[in-house]
Amino acid sequence: MRDVAVIGLGITKFGELWDKSFRQLIAEAGSKAILDAGISGKEIDALYVGSMSAGRFIGQEHVGALVADCAGFSHTHIPAVRVESACASGGLAIRQGFLTVASGMNDIVVVGGVEKMTDVVGSEATNTLATAADQEWEAFFGATFPGLYAMIATRHMYEYGTTREHLAQVAVKNHANGALNPNAQFQREISIENVLNAIMVSYPLSILDCSPVSDGATAVILCAADKAKKYTDKPVKIIGSGQASDTLALHGRKDICTLEATVHAAKTAYKQANIQPKDIDVAEVHDCFTIAEILAIEDLGFVKKGEGGKAIDKKITTLDGEIPVNTSGGLKAKGHPVGATGVAQVAEIVLQLRGEADKRQVDGAKIGLTHNIGGSGASCIIHILEAM
Amino acid sequence: MVDSAVPRFWREIPQRYNLIGNQCGVCDRIYFPPMESCPVCRRKSMDKMKNVKLSGKGEVVTYTITHVAPEHFEGQAPYPIAIIQLDEGPRITAQIVDCDINDVKIGMKVQSTFRKIQEDGWVGAIYYGYKFKPVK
Repeated sequence: MRDVAVIGLGITKFGELWDKSFRQLIAEAGSKAILDAGISGKEIDALYVGSMSAGRFIGQEHVGALVADCAGFSHTHIPAVRVESACASGGLAIRQGFLTVASGMNDIVVVGGVEKMTDVVGSEATNTLATAADQEWEAFFGATFPGLYAMIATRHMYEYGTTREHLAQVAVKNHANGALNPNAQFQREISIENVLNAIMVSYPLSILDCSPVSDGATAVILCAADKAKKYTDKPVKIIGSGQASDTLALHGRKDICTLEATVHAAKTAYKQANIQPKDIDVAEVHDCFTIAEILAIEDLGFVKKGEGGKAIDKKITTLDGEIPVNTSGGLKAKGHPVGATGVAQVAEIVLQLRGEADKRQVDGAKIGLTHNIGGSGASCIIHILEAM
Repeated sequence: MVDSAVPRFWREIPQRYNLIGNQCGVCDRIYFPPMESCPVCRRKSMDKMKNVKLSGKGEVVTYTITHVAPEHFEGQAPYPIAIIQLDEGPRITAQIVDCDINDVKIGMKVQSTFRKIQEDGWVGAIYYGYKFKPVK
């Protein structure tokens, strides 16, 4: 396998973008990434795009070809591939693009992620997100997607003494970071009381424990590392890529409070990168719900199992903490256009490692990690990146 | 609106009405819903999976109170959903009924009960299956 680097990125604003279509969003992100990398269209060997459910959100499948077409590649006839792994579709698109460059099949690929979630009414967006759960044995019986994470939270509170205040602090921290991100859906701070007193979605999770429904797109350009310096002074190398799966239904897992997919994907990625969790300077983790960030920092090995809540309390993961987590605002504040999320995580880490994250810059960040989850933990994709 | 053709639900009737799981003839592990093969014994278990009826007895591993309900469940909120550890081994996700929602606790002993689960709109099928109630 040869080394692969990120040489460019493009991000759209995330939010309820009523004046932008699916096509406009992904074309905007792709164009920005291509300009950022300084490549010409003819140099692109293939296109990968993560989209969880364009079929249900905008009634459109055949998304690979559509994205190539609307981004202006119909005349170059490049291979275009749509990748789906529920909320981890973006992370998996990165991994698929990475594998083809690492293998030597391609030299330069564009990897995009996009979701247009507000062209359907809110209840239909919720129904569509629930398709990441087990339709026959969870959703059929009335379990909702927030409900599954709520059940993880209830068990975590029971086993480890985690409190609703601990959960709330994840949202408070991520909103504080989001306030520093001009592309974030929510650019305002919230308080613990706001979270605790917000309308209950599924006990113990209030609406401010949940990530929002969002529109948005992100794209990155991947290039063989030995050619990267030709295009940029600040290439960022992907030094580890891990992926793992687990039972689709939450009830199939031995330990409700551990996402084994994260543990296994992390093990692969750390080994490939030849680093330890303590070597990570900054991380973007999958906080679709506040409890998910607590699980993530435990399962990634940043803190011991059960201590995630207390770690948030001790401010270990704030912007000036020991290991800043979700500097972008995370899914919670930056927004969660599901197919875009995994790509946006990589884009944020690339900005951090280039030293271009402005007000949310982590000083001296050299190694960063992205953690993207599908469903209640049936899929996990992890990438580790290092400034070259 | 009617979303689904009937066979999708009809074929799950044994599991949902009568808690029919299956057992690996090699290692005796029990699965619910039934598996085509045992994930532990894999090819050795093929053609050796036998149907078994589960007792429906178990205890609550974790739960949530659903306040924002999905389509077809709106009238039922707030309602508890739990993961239940069945005595025979498998875990199952279901509603807890016949008690105050504030009384649902981890470790609570429960028993399955046959109930209406949801309706497929105004003119579609009515779906039945298991819920769980506290053992007094």
